[in-house]
Amino acid sequence: MGSEFVMLSLTPILIGILASIACALPGNFLVLRRQALIGDAISHVVLPGIVVAFLLTGTVASLPMMIGAAGAATIAVILIETIKRLGRIEPGAAMGVVFTSMFAGGVLLLEQSDTSSVHLDVEHALMGNLESLVWFAADGWSSLLDPVALAALPPELPRIAAVCALVAGLTYLFWRPLKISTFDEGFAQSMGIPTTAISIGLVIAAAVAAVAAFDAVGSIIVIAMFICPPAAARLMTNRLEVQVGWSTVFAVVSAVLGYVFAGYGPLWLGGQHAVSAAGMIATVSGVILGLACLFGPQRKRVGEAATD
Amino acid sequence: MKETPVKVAAEDGRIVEPPTSDDSPLAVRGLTVSYGDKPAVFSVDTIVPQGSMMAIVGPNGAGKSTLLKAVLGIVKPLSGTVSIFGESLSEAQQRVAYVPQRASVDWDFPTRVIDVVLMGLYRELGLLGWLTNRHRKTARACLERVGMVEFAERQIGQLSGGQQQRVFLARALAQDADLYLLDEPFSGVDAATEKAIIDVLKSLKSQNKTVVCVHHDLATVADYFDRVLLINVQKIAEGPVATTFTAENLQRTYGGRLAATHIDDLQLPAG
Repeated sequence: MGSEFVMLSLTPILIGILASIACALPGNFLVLRRQALIGDAISHVVLPGIVVAFLLTGTVASLPMMIGAAGAATIAVILIETIKRLGRIEPGAAMGVVFTSMFAGGVLLLEQSDTSSVHLDVEHALMGNLESLVWFAADGWSSLLDPVALAALPPELPRIAAVCALVAGLTYLFWRPLKISTFDEGFAQSMGIPTTAISIGLVIAAAVAAVAAFDAVGSIIVIAMFICPPAAARLMTNRLEVQVGWSTVFAVVSAVLGYVFAGYGPLWLGGQHAVSAAGMIATVSGVILGLACLFGPQRKRVGEAATD
Repeated sequence: MKETPVKVAAEDGRIVEPPTSDDSPLAVRGLTVSYGDKPAVFSVDTIVPQGSMMAIVGPNGAGKSTLLKAVLGIVKPLSGTVSIFGESLSEAQQRVAYVPQRASVDWDFPTRVIDVVLMGLYRELGLLGWLTNRHRKTARACLERVGMVEFAERQIGQLSGGQQQRVFLARALAQDADLYLLDEPFSGVDAATEKAIIDVLKSLKSQNKTVVCVHHDLATVADYFDRVLLINVQKIAEGPVATTFTAENLQRTYGGRLAATHIDDLQLPAG
């Protein structure tokens, strides 16, 4: 069990956990700012960004992917603003038009281009390929101390670890301005907090997290990782600090249970084949949100306010 | 079409140059703000003397809140200048406290009363400054002044509207400023809150601090404030309440929207 687990399951589980946390952290603020749809938009526009970066560089190295995705996210934000102003339509519709068009463009580009040499095709773009991120060089827990085996870790793992650390570090560093400007933008501006830069920074951080999570869960299911853990966490507490803690816990639980259920669940139920880990992670996070809605200690707060 | 108001405002601002302001708490000259093609505030001048309590009064859509926001740099004016204690806004930012309209935020936000007040200490704390007991004591003292200290640990959504307004005032007190700008602090609050707020504002005035309130209740202007600025996009009148808050000026500010009987009820000095 030990050696097989380390080789086949350890790295996918770690990548799933880190990707979930990296998305859940900015997700807390996106949900509180009622910008959850921006998370959706980002996760979609990341695809054409990645494809264009691949077509230009011919590799799937992290840096060009990140730049491509960040560029696509920036273009999307500009397009959304332009359409909103020129077309005078409501923000939701502008967002919907932009991200579906850019995503569709990404799918077409991907189909037309030769990506056979790398893990970049439509199916992976949609659902991720978490199960394939295995650590062939490992032959047991001792490999964790073996430099040769460690050097052969799937590159996605250090990449997502770096992104997760970056997102966590930025969240910590900018905690106060993020919190103040999310709660009361006018007051934040009156104190000299650059709220526009803060909100663009949040969108870019979310875009970077979305690219890094792309390997694990693809560009569609990542939206569940932005929204479900923070939304469930909101129902557990009335303090933002505690909410972010809960969202991290829910992100980890979703990733671990999702991976395990996808790999072993069908066998327990008498099925033959494992199911998509990304799909199962999103499903578990949705179930957690459902449970929080039913049993979360702060689920009644809106009703209380209404009777006030 | 779009260009016209800008030019007029700039010229207007130069022609109607008010007396020099030196270092008065708030001096606004030729301030014009526009949303789209229509000016919301047009070439407004005002100088607020230190230690005064000024009400900004005018009908809905007269640009009262917009004027405050432009002073605070929240909306960008098309033209005009704002000086605070003789300095620019960015230089004097730590001397200004702002109480936004209560309805402008989501009170379901996951935070407690004490945390909201601590936001007022952001300039002191900075990004990573360690939150100490001294800061918590300051925040509690501010809550004490508005009579909300027993609610310190409550989630803000569990408060009544008046209590929420008092928390906003406590946050402004925590900023320990010299100029307080409040946007409709008495809107939709209970009598106890109204009393608590006016007591705090009067104590600020007694410390020679300056208070500017967007205010909509004409009946209380004379009781609460010593100065008034009447605006309806443009400035109509400005000065001490006793001489400025007259039936004639109100009629000019509100146009036909204020019934004669309403003005009679206010028992104003003869214009």
